[in-house]
Amino acid sequence: MTLTHILVFALVSLVVGWAVPYRWRGWVLLGASLLAVYWLQPSTPIRYLDFWFPTASILLTVITWAATRTPQAQPSRRGMVGAALVVGLILVVALLRYAGPACCLTPSRPPDIWRVLGVFAMAALLVAIPIRFPVSRRFLVPAIIFLILGLFIILKSPAISQWASEWLRVSGGQSALLAAASDLPWLGFSYLAFRLLHVLRDYQGGKLPAYDFGEFVTYAIFYPSYTAGPIDRSQRFIGDLRSATPGKVSEALKPVNDPARQEQFVQGGTRILVGLFKKFVVADGLALIALNSQNAVQVTSTLWMWVLLYAYALRIYFDFAGYTDIALGLARWVGIRLPENFDRPYLKQNLTAFWNSWHMTLAQWFRAYFFNPFTRYLRSRRLNIPTWVIIFIGQLSTMLLIGLWHGITWNYAAWGAWHGVGLFMHNRWSDWTRSRLSGIVERPQLRKVMAFGGWLLTFNYIALGWVFFALPSLELALDVFKSLFGI
Amino acid sequence: MNNVEDNTASNNRLRFAGRVILKALLLFLLLNFVFAIWYPLPTLAKFSAYNVFFPGRQRLPYGDNPSKAYNLSLYNLDAMFASHELAGRVKPDDEFRVLVIGDSASWGFLLEPDQTLAAYINDSRAMLPDGRRVRAYNLGYPVMSLTKDLLILERAMQYKPDMIVWPLTLESFPYDKQLFPPLLQNNPRAVRELIQTHDLSLDTKDANFEELSWWKRTIVGGRRQLADLLRLQLYGVLWAATGIDQDIPETYTLRQEDLEADRGFHNLQPPHLQASDLALEILSAGVRLAGDTPVLLVNEPMFISQGQNSDIRYNFYYPRWAYDDYRRIMSEESQRKNWQYLDLWNAVPGSEFTNSAVHMTPDGTRLYASQVLRAILDVAKSSPK
Repeated sequence: MTLTHILVFALVSLVVGWAVPYRWRGWVLLGASLLAVYWLQPSTPIRYLDFWFPTASILLTVITWAATRTPQAQPSRRGMVGAALVVGLILVVALLRYAGPACCLTPSRPPDIWRVLGVFAMAALLVAIPIRFPVSRRFLVPAIIFLILGLFIILKSPAISQWASEWLRVSGGQSALLAAASDLPWLGFSYLAFRLLHVLRDYQGGKLPAYDFGEFVTYAIFYPSYTAGPIDRSQRFIGDLRSATPGKVSEALKPVNDPARQEQFVQGGTRILVGLFKKFVVADGLALIALNSQNAVQVTSTLWMWVLLYAYALRIYFDFAGYTDIALGLARWVGIRLPENFDRPYLKQNLTAFWNSWHMTLAQWFRAYFFNPFTRYLRSRRLNIPTWVIIFIGQLSTMLLIGLWHGITWNYAAWGAWHGVGLFMHNRWSDWTRSRLSGIVERPQLRKVMAFGGWLLTFNYIALGWVFFALPSLELALDVFKSLFGI
Repeated sequence: MNNVEDNTASNNRLRFAGRVILKALLLFLLLNFVFAIWYPLPTLAKFSAYNVFFPGRQRLPYGDNPSKAYNLSLYNLDAMFASHELAGRVKPDDEFRVLVIGDSASWGFLLEPDQTLAAYINDSRAMLPDGRRVRAYNLGYPVMSLTKDLLILERAMQYKPDMIVWPLTLESFPYDKQLFPPLLQNNPRAVRELIQTHDLSLDTKDANFEELSWWKRTIVGGRRQLADLLRLQLYGVLWAATGIDQDIPETYTLRQEDLEADRGFHNLQPPHLQASDLALEILSAGVRLAGDTPVLLVNEPMFISQGQNSDIRYNFYYPRWAYDDYRRIMSEESQRKNWQYLDLWNAVPGSEFTNSAVHMTPDGTRLYASQVLRAILDVAKSSPK
């Protein structure tokens, strides 16, 4: 998100929070989110892809809703209006192709309207299947899960992305010679994928309540959190959305001095300002001197390599936390309290506490949908695996997956493994020291020393892990490690 | 009852929020007002992280591609000098301080900081008979204009030089070149002072001067200057970490060998260049400004083409007639005004030039430096301690 995006979103949120009657609020949020998906999408050299990516995000969301909708629910008027709004707005975006100087909301001209209608027809068919034949959900839900994971692998794996780009170029009549892995910047897909996977898995587990079409789509593509999270749970988000948009005529326009409104205005504004400062002053300043593949090979001394690494560690935190603050603030202005994503992670005294305070919604997602079920399976009596092995396998595989979520490359895998091993070591250390170091509680000075030592070790372990994250290859990362330790 | 309490609390919050916004706005306006009146940018510029947290730069800040060069072009002379190693060194008694000004050939375009004219002079570790070691500082700036040289020289004099080396090339002399560099346009007050003090035939009301308006004096109006100042400090980290201050491409287009059959030089045509066509008065001003400090004027080496139309032009910049006249004029003027003048126009072979007729390779620069050093030693011997 650029400053312009943030400014426009802030204005939209202010208008929604202060001027839009409650009963319209849900529709305005849905409409704003739909348009934002197109507006935020960066350009791509492959023809029409900057239209098809946002459209695919929306259609994937719609199909997921259809596949997880309560089978006995009758089509409601609200649902029909929501569907009409979605289709109508996509058509408006597509029709901007013919709007001359007013073209376009997307970075380049959308495809011709017949192709768009053709895709709509296919999507309508896919939506109709689970509604008309509820039994098909048994196959459709896993199929969507595999589709999302498949798309994820294609987008996050440079080699497959390159191949996909070549294929898309050739299919569109473009030359494959210029194909690159970076041709497929599907903005927001990662976060959308997590939200949809959570919904699909909760549906399979019978934990998904009934959702209205509009509120489900708003949840999946909510504009403040579309690009950088946090990854909210649908049950919590839609609960908030419903209380922010009660839809009662008597509450059509609450007075401006309504305490709740003022509270959310002050809280939201504060978060946005803090977020802007973190992102555009601190993080962007640190970005000038942070470790990267260019300067990693140019640094001439160990000391300066550490300075660049610390700059990177701080930069990545302030960048991400800044965006999160902005997202939380924008959401707060429309009455939605998105979950926190950071809680002073670099001040924690051990790696477990760090992962409970860094990108918290991602960690919680993996805990709920991978770590817990996986370790539960490993603990089953049939396998008879020792506890410490289960912990090791569970933590290592979870962190590997978190690493690979950033990109299916060796360096991200190494970053994940670094943290997986770190978490395991901390787990064993905690176990070992629990009884042996209980006396420390009575010695405040020693406790302080231990706390400081824990913080120092944890922060540096995390900072060293960023080496893998910041650099594109393992070879370069190892060279930087050597330089950091004067080897 | 609850509604009444809620409304009272909410009114209080609203009033509180209103007061906070109003105070913030007033404080912001007040800060801008005080900033505009005080205008602390020159003072702020003197506080530099260079020479404190990281080493001073070996040449003045200049860079078109900051993210690769770890350097940037800015127009705040105080900040530029404060970032230079010269600002961080108290002059030792045994130092014979030589300040090298001039254009991109002095600054070292496509050369690393330790491959410049000043660096190679220092490499020689030359000593004067009185025991002082020759120590040269690179104060070149990659723009061709004698007025720009004069502006830098005026600032540099506070660093107690023992000698000034002023490399020159004809392209810096035409009057129409004098005030075009952005560095000058963004320092109109200092340039006007120079023009008036030395009674130069330059326009003090040049249309390109960027006047420091009231708006530009505020924090909001001057945010670019403030940001540049901050970025210069931040890039100091990477300068210290890498020793890089220029984005030197692996490959570049070589200086032009085949030339256009164009006899013109700026708006002048053959047969003769007149002394009045050249801003020689700026050289006089520079020598006067240096006072007792000797000034060594050097006609810097240039590429001499052997290609097409090389009978008409020496290189991309110069037709033969203009350059020959320029050398004659400089020689006569130096004799007449008793200037220390060294003409090295053809001292470096053509193969040692890089992407322009005045940019040299490291070997070419080393050759050039050896000859300049010889002249420095000659002049130094005759100058008082």
